[in-house]
Amino acid sequence: MARDEKLVRTIDLPLLFMYMALLFLGWLTIYASELDVNANLPPWDLSISSGRQLLFIGTSSVLIILIMATDYKFYDIFSYFIYGAVLLVLVAVLGIGKTVAGSKSWLGVGSFGVQPSEFAKFAAALALSKYLSNPLIRLDRWPDLYRAAAIIGVPAILILLQNDTGSTLVFSAFIIPLFREGLPPWIPNLGVGVVFLFVLTLIIPQTWLLVIIGILAVVFFFLIDKTLNNIIALVVIALVVCGVVIGANYFINDVLQPHQQNRIKVLVNPNIDPLGVGWNVTQSKNAIGSGGFFGKGYLEGTQTKFNFVPEQSTDFIFCTIGEEFGWIGSLVVCGLFLGMLWRLVFLADRQKLKFSRVYGYSVAAILFFHFTINIGMTVGLMPVIGIPLPFISYGGSSLWSFTILLFIFLKLDAHRGHMLARDAG
Amino acid sequence: MFDSRQRVIIFIFILVAFTFIVRLFYMQVIDDSYKEAAANISLQRIVEYPYRGIIYDRKGKICVYNIPVYDVMVLPKEVKKNMDTLRFCQLFSIPKEEFILTMTAARKYSKVKPSPFIKQLSHTEFAKIQDQLIDFPGFFISPRTVRGYDHKSMGVALGYIGEISAGRLDKYKAEGNNYYKSGDYIGIAGLENFYEENLRGRRGVKFMMVDVNGIQKGQYKGGIYDTSAIRGENLHSSLDLELQKFGEELMVNKKGSIICIEPKTGEILAMVSSPTYDPNLLRGREFSKNYMALQQDPLKPLFNRAMMAPYPPGSIFKTLQALTALQEGVIDSNTTWSCIQDVVHCHPHPQPCNLRQSIQWSCNPYYLQVYRKILNQNKSGNTFLDTRIGFEKWRDYMTSFGIGQKLGIDMPSEKKGILRTVAYYDRIYGEKHWKYSNVYSLSIGQGELGLSPLHMANMACILANRGYYYTPHFVRKIGDKGEPLPQYKEKHVTKIKPEHFEAVITGMRWAVQQGTVWSQARMKSLTICGKTGTAQNPHGKDHSIFICFAPMDNPQIAVATVVENSGFGGFVAAPIATLMVEKYLNDTINRKNLYDHMLTRDFIHKDTTEKEDNGKGRKAGKNH
Repeated sequence: MARDEKLVRTIDLPLLFMYMALLFLGWLTIYASELDVNANLPPWDLSISSGRQLLFIGTSSVLIILIMATDYKFYDIFSYFIYGAVLLVLVAVLGIGKTVAGSKSWLGVGSFGVQPSEFAKFAAALALSKYLSNPLIRLDRWPDLYRAAAIIGVPAILILLQNDTGSTLVFSAFIIPLFREGLPPWIPNLGVGVVFLFVLTLIIPQTWLLVIIGILAVVFFFLIDKTLNNIIALVVIALVVCGVVIGANYFINDVLQPHQQNRIKVLVNPNIDPLGVGWNVTQSKNAIGSGGFFGKGYLEGTQTKFNFVPEQSTDFIFCTIGEEFGWIGSLVVCGLFLGMLWRLVFLADRQKLKFSRVYGYSVAAILFFHFTINIGMTVGLMPVIGIPLPFISYGGSSLWSFTILLFIFLKLDAHRGHMLARDAG
Repeated sequence: MFDSRQRVIIFIFILVAFTFIVRLFYMQVIDDSYKEAAANISLQRIVEYPYRGIIYDRKGKICVYNIPVYDVMVLPKEVKKNMDTLRFCQLFSIPKEEFILTMTAARKYSKVKPSPFIKQLSHTEFAKIQDQLIDFPGFFISPRTVRGYDHKSMGVALGYIGEISAGRLDKYKAEGNNYYKSGDYIGIAGLENFYEENLRGRRGVKFMMVDVNGIQKGQYKGGIYDTSAIRGENLHSSLDLELQKFGEELMVNKKGSIICIEPKTGEILAMVSSPTYDPNLLRGREFSKNYMALQQDPLKPLFNRAMMAPYPPGSIFKTLQALTALQEGVIDSNTTWSCIQDVVHCHPHPQPCNLRQSIQWSCNPYYLQVYRKILNQNKSGNTFLDTRIGFEKWRDYMTSFGIGQKLGIDMPSEKKGILRTVAYYDRIYGEKHWKYSNVYSLSIGQGELGLSPLHMANMACILANRGYYYTPHFVRKIGDKGEPLPQYKEKHVTKIKPEHFEAVITGMRWAVQQGTVWSQARMKSLTICGKTGTAQNPHGKDHSIFICFAPMDNPQIAVATVVENSGFGGFVAAPIATLMVEKYLNDTINRKNLYDHMLTRDFIHKDTTEKEDNGKGRKAGKNH
């Protein structure tokens, strides 16, 4: 009994409050975004999204209680088991899943459906944490690195096979915990460099880009000490860069499907597909931009309410916030997310166990990725990748998944004292 | 291990959040373009068209009114793919090709904004389709009005309305006038054009919120930005519909004009430009077709000769020469000259003539003397210089009569006619190389002179008023309790003193009683004063011209008539003008034979063989 009382005191209150604030804001916004002025239904009516979201919030509370009631050692011990079970479900989805909006990612019983890909995130986070918690693992060694990559890659590939590119890309977020645990810096640097070149190929025609790279190579040739090693290194780097440029071009124009090409090209040219992806981004920006400093007022937004913005309660939920609550509302949401991420990193670093620390960083990384891509997409800074804004977007699977993800960490954090005791003992 | 990497990660988190906050600040607070774009797509402007003003004649008869018509509009987005096109085409009796063509154009314009599909259904056509339209989702009715006329006259005076052209729209946009939108009706000619801003009223606008499918979702901000339509002002014109019809009837088969003005006010009673057209042709669905036909008609029915065609005035000009000479003091009313035809020819008449008789008989040599006296007043020993000084002075008089300039009538496209300057003659002959003998044709209204019938009618007003005029105008009241435009209440005084008019007017009275006017056109009951003119021109037979006013002592009407290529002024223009006077003042025609005779005269289709005896080569020989 004494232990339970202590639990309430040891759960991290700032994170809990930020979680509840985002949930509340999300619920308000879901009601606003699908408001039908003629129907005049109360927000708890189950025939509208906000009513169902209330249900999801309720079930999430049950999940939280379950997570908190479970022994904290469960997650450590059963992490591979959970991971394996989720992988099996992912494979099953490929066989018996339902296709919604082009992605075969739903597992349904009657009208009730879940997206297993959402749960793959915390499962992969648990498995990765478990693997890295082994003190013998070193990420500057290739075999260990391969195994870590496989833990992340297998569910990612299974989800890609479901044709859900957005959720697949989320797994790239694990680069953050890996980096924290000693990934050689050149790997993330290489990633940033490739993304940078990728963006350049969108803006500058390939021939020009190759010419520029050539000129830069010649300039560097005069700047460096002309030792044989340096010259070879320069030539190799220049060739690799050229290869990346040509590869990126090939990837964009020949590998990606036209609608995916447009999602990327629309970043540099919003007019490329005015009725398709361009429409979404344009309408989204109009809605947010028309909000002004204080917003149009709650339930007063016209762009989202009248369906100009697509997916306005899920992927584009931020539009309603921007339109109705203005810049102040945007600031609050960005502030809550930044606060949450900061707190997560802070808590992760005070963990005594490596398992908890890696898991904490994984939670922060996944939330960070969703936050960056989702809001970036609505303001036209990121390609249109259909992933939800955590805790705010409408949807049962995503809310449950993020709740589980976050509260497992809160549970681990609440017991960091016990772990120390056990380890010490 | 690797604890410092925590800071790198935190830094990346802050960087991204900060980027978003800055980007959002720019989008939401600094850049206004998103707000405009959002308002444009989620607000629908619903235009309420005002009722266009009605035009009345001076007796309160309606000249132009409004007829409701119904445009069938289409919203392509809501048109069902499986709609019964065949039934639709049968219902509206349009060919399938037209349906496809119009539909494609509408889709191209906008899928979510309505475009007109079939324009201007009449009330009966509308009643026929009204119930069936519900079977065709995406099609709906938008009521409008077009102009209607209960008569077939006044074409050029009233003008017409039509859809605003792209060119005019661009021009207005460039001038900062954003009132008109594509598809709006605008007055294109005549009074409809000049008084467009009064007639059109003010459009009302309602802002409705619409969803992405264009479906209305209620008033925007409770309607605080909405404005209601203000109907256009009615115009009370000075035209007399009966007189106008009568004049148009008289001018059938003749090219030319009649203008009748009330001298005391400058109000235009009738303006006939012949051949004319039925205003009903330029309204409704047949507009384009009929417009093209009128445009290509070689007789130019759309051309308003009454204020745009310049004619040499011929002998009617002698009245102004006489007045100028009297005012200058170079002659008096008893000055007498013989009819010596060494320079110009004349026609047989009693002689020698004094001033009154010279007008009565229209003596050409008399006015050669008069004009010489005006131009050469011995102000300089050098005859070239003397002519220059005299010409400048004479030109000032002419300008004060409104000649060679736009009078400022309330109608677009008035022409100023021709009145040459000293500089012009300098250019032709060289400075100080021209004198009276170079310009003497002007003495009898020939040569480098062009007056529109409107100028001539204004001359008649000046004579009737003994020295002043009001700018001729059509509209006496803008709005039911209004006034004319301020410029039409301003009296223009010429340089001639009233006492000089007596002799000229007596001569004009005599001309009608027993002078150059055809004996058949005389009448005892009315004291008409007139002057004939017969203008030589390069287009064939002489133009027959006549100006007059009546009654002599309290003039109620002044008339100018020009009948092109019809011969002597006394025989054609004078009878028509006096019939106009009789109609206006007596309201009945006693000279039935003369009226019937004038109706039958045809100077357009008949062979004009008589022109051969004109005596080509003689200059200014046939002025009467």
